Amino acid sequence: MANPDIGINDLKGLESQIAEIRSKIEAMDKKNPSDKLSMVVFSGDMDKILAAFVIATGAVAMGMEAVMFFTFWGTPALRDKKKKPGQKDIMSKMFGAMLPKGLREVKLSKMNMGGIGTAMMKSLMKKKNVASLEQMLEMAEELGVRIFVCEMSMDLMGFKREEMIDYKDITFCGVAKFLEEAKDSRIQLFI
Amino acid sequence: MSDDIQIKKTLDLKGMPCPMPVVKVSKGIKEVELGEVIEAITTDPGSLSDFPAWARTSGNEIIKTEQDGKTIKFYIKRTA
Repeated sequence: MANPDIGINDLKGLESQIAEIRSKIEAMDKKNPSDKLSMVVFSGDMDKILAAFVIATGAVAMGMEAVMFFTFWGTPALRDKKKKPGQKDIMSKMFGAMLPKGLREVKLSKMNMGGIGTAMMKSLMKKKNVASLEQMLEMAEELGVRIFVCEMSMDLMGFKREEMIDYKDITFCGVAKFLEEAKDSRIQLFI
Repeated sequence: MSDDIQIKKTLDLKGMPCPMPVVKVSKGIKEVELGEVIEAITTDPGSLSDFPAWARTSGNEIIKTEQDGKTIKFYIKRTA
């Protein structure tokens, strides 16, 4: 069995090579993206947010993790209409009044027609059993979809944490938190 | 009919559009033991391609698909 041509030094060399390969594989494993979906929800349009929620909840159903990072026009959609924000400066008040207060108030990106189109779409969705945005949010919470809200957008538009929705897994953060998640995700989307 | 398949649970997903059938089946399959079979009934034509995709990704097995008009029946074995 033993080959007389193979010396003890060759074996030691082989051993150190194996150890080196092993550590390289371990490092590669760490860099491998996981079955995770990271999504930027930049848009504040009803149709686009609906698409975002359908994909996020679908991802969890497929056995993946899902993270939604709400930023810019997406942030006002996560406000809770029932909550009172308290004192605000004039600009914040203006933004607060002009932007949709929660998922119920977001509009279609096309064919809104002063709200008629959105109302028609909503009644059509009901008729066809398509879940509303509020129901999608509830389902996302139940499934464990994590939501991140961009602190900078909130600050810019004058939104306070006290006026945002109650959600089990909500984090107020910045771009680094999103990138940390996105870096390890197999799928990254910008909606 | 599939008399030889032991069905542990039936999910009635008729009338539900995307993504509900897949979301419900992913929850439903976890309510039975490994190796047991559930039956999922949908009317969403998209589920014909969605269910196999879900099964492949989640590691479960569709052992049989039956279509009767608009109604589609999936027999799914929990293997993951």
